Amino acid sequence: MSNALTFELRLYVAGQTAKSLAACANLKRICETHLAGQYRLEIIDLTKNPKLAAGDQILALPTLVRRLPKPVKKIIGDLSNEERVLVGLDVRPV
Amino acid sequence: MKTNTVSPNPNLPKCPTGIGGLDEITGGGLPAGRPTLICGSAGSGKTMLAMEFLVRGATQYGEPGVFVMFEENAAELTANVRSLGFDLEKLAAQKKLVLDHVHIERSEIEETGEYDLEGLFIRLGHAVKSIGAKRVVLDTVEALFAGLPNHAILRAELRRLFRWLKDHGLTAVITGERGEQSLTRYGLEEYVADCVIILDQRIQEQISTRRLRVLKYRGSAHGTNEYPFLIGERGISVLPITSLRLDHQASAKRIPTGIARLDEMLGAKGVFRGSSVLVSGSPGTGKTSVAAKFVDAACRRDERVLLFAYEESSAQIVRNMGSIGIDLGAWVKKGLLQIHSSRPTLHGLEQHLVMMHDAVRGFRPSVVVVDPISNLSLDRNELEVKPTLMRLVDFLKQQQITTLFTSLTAGGGETPEDSQLGVSSLMDTWLLLRNVEFNGERNRTIYVLKSRGMAHSNQVREFVLSDKGIDLVDVYLGAERVLTGTARVAQEERERAAAALREEDHQRRMKQLANRRKAIEAQIAALRSEAELEAAEVAFTIARETLQQRSARQSTDVMAQLRGADKTGGSRKRGKR
Repeated sequence: MSNALTFELRLYVAGQTAKSLAACANLKRICETHLAGQYRLEIIDLTKNPKLAAGDQILALPTLVRRLPKPVKKIIGDLSNEERVLVGLDVRPV
Repeated sequence: MKTNTVSPNPNLPKCPTGIGGLDEITGGGLPAGRPTLICGSAGSGKTMLAMEFLVRGATQYGEPGVFVMFEENAAELTANVRSLGFDLEKLAAQKKLVLDHVHIERSEIEETGEYDLEGLFIRLGHAVKSIGAKRVVLDTVEALFAGLPNHAILRAELRRLFRWLKDHGLTAVITGERGEQSLTRYGLEEYVADCVIILDQRIQEQISTRRLRVLKYRGSAHGTNEYPFLIGERGISVLPITSLRLDHQASAKRIPTGIARLDEMLGAKGVFRGSSVLVSGSPGTGKTSVAAKFVDAACRRDERVLLFAYEESSAQIVRNMGSIGIDLGAWVKKGLLQIHSSRPTLHGLEQHLVMMHDAVRGFRPSVVVVDPISNLSLDRNELEVKPTLMRLVDFLKQQQITTLFTSLTAGGGETPEDSQLGVSSLMDTWLLLRNVEFNGERNRTIYVLKSRGMAHSNQVREFVLSDKGIDLVDVYLGAERVLTGTARVAQEERERAAAALREEDHQRRMKQLANRRKAIEAQIAALRSEAELEAAEVAFTIARETLQQRSARQSTDVMAQLRGADKTGGSRKRGKR
């Protein structure tokens, strides 16, 4: 994990709902714990920017999109299960 | 078009679909501001119906629409509906339509924790707001069930979605795949309860027919039958008819059939405009020729004619009719005649009727000829065929179109009337063509079996086809049989000879009579002169006697004078001699 920007992540949420806030908090914690310095995170609030939903085919919210490294991966839900988030992001090889 | 439309309910606003026939069945359209479920198996036309609903809304009713597709992408859909003449790109550019492809790849997705489908709502809401949409289509929302693992969340969210659509006053069409046990595979009917339309494609005797049925329509009356429909070049048309009313106009105008003698048989004027004519006969009796003549006559009057041919290609018809001096090709070129040739097995009967409807609506003919109608029914049950034909006949009569159907009857039957009992009651005029086989040859005869509303001939005529056209000739009606063809000619020859002989005989007898009269007259003259002679004789005798008497009296007087007789006592009359 030498490359500083291996992970490009986007988190789509809708407003300040409980699920949104939970997802944000969970994601930040996981990233800081496991991917410190290797990621860039963008949080997109679709209630403010609805146009962006179509681009990443967002349907469920919250959705975390791993844009890099390829292939694109999506993790839906409030990211409360850390283990599964890491599996989904391919951070910890199983 | 008047059919068994359901009168619109003022309490329930309806959203016209603009789809030919569907608005009639539903009494004005889909429930406005509510979702409608359209379910059917794969390839039954759900997407086409939904798309047409949006396009018609955008182009005809000023209601922009959003099409959310879960299966096809925008480019695929655009290409697919281009065949119906819908230009989605143009509509999108005019801000009348938004296409949104919602796609979930199961393999890309990992679930962790709580989520909802707010993203879908946001996308939909954004699309609706961007063009002020009134109509929404969700084309197979069920695809989500394959993409999202948690069905409990999905179902809850779908319920919320339909609620959301209603709250926003959107008239929505939701398509659903037909399930084995339930209406839709994932039970969408549970959520959409306002209006359910079922599409179906059935194969019967290797012929498929699309059918549509309104299963339910909350708060509104609707046609409950299954209606055949067609996806044609101008979109979908549904055949909404079993006309319950017989309220079409009856024209008193008559149009000639193109065969002068036939018109003569039909009360000297031909058939009524807007009536239906059946020409039935066994193979080779000249049905198509009668039909072609009818077509020719109509074109000569500058009327448009639509000819549906189910036996021959249009080129073949034109060629064959040329052989009896009818040039149909010229009328085709002039644009007065359209020939639609197809094999009857191409579609089911209903499908054919829908096609005919489409063609009639497009061409607006005043005469329609179907040659032959019997091919459409093939081996199908008469009971099944009759209502469908009734639909066609009613439809054409409503439009005041004169129709001529030819019908093939089984050859050689004793009573060809029997074989047509089914359709004949729908027909106003029925011409029967029959072959008469006698004396080593086969000849055609024609007669008017019935013709409503006119005094028609009850005579059988011989029907002669030649390169000069069609001619009707009186048949020889001899003792116990009808003679046609050479037998008729021979018989006529015999009759002519006999007549000539009789004529001579008459003349001879007249001469005899004249002679006799002359003889009698001579006799009379002789007798008369004899009588005159006698009369002269008598007169002479009388004269002589009178003279004698006078002279006798004179001499007596003289004697008396001479004798000095008494003057008073004298002059006594003496007897003769």
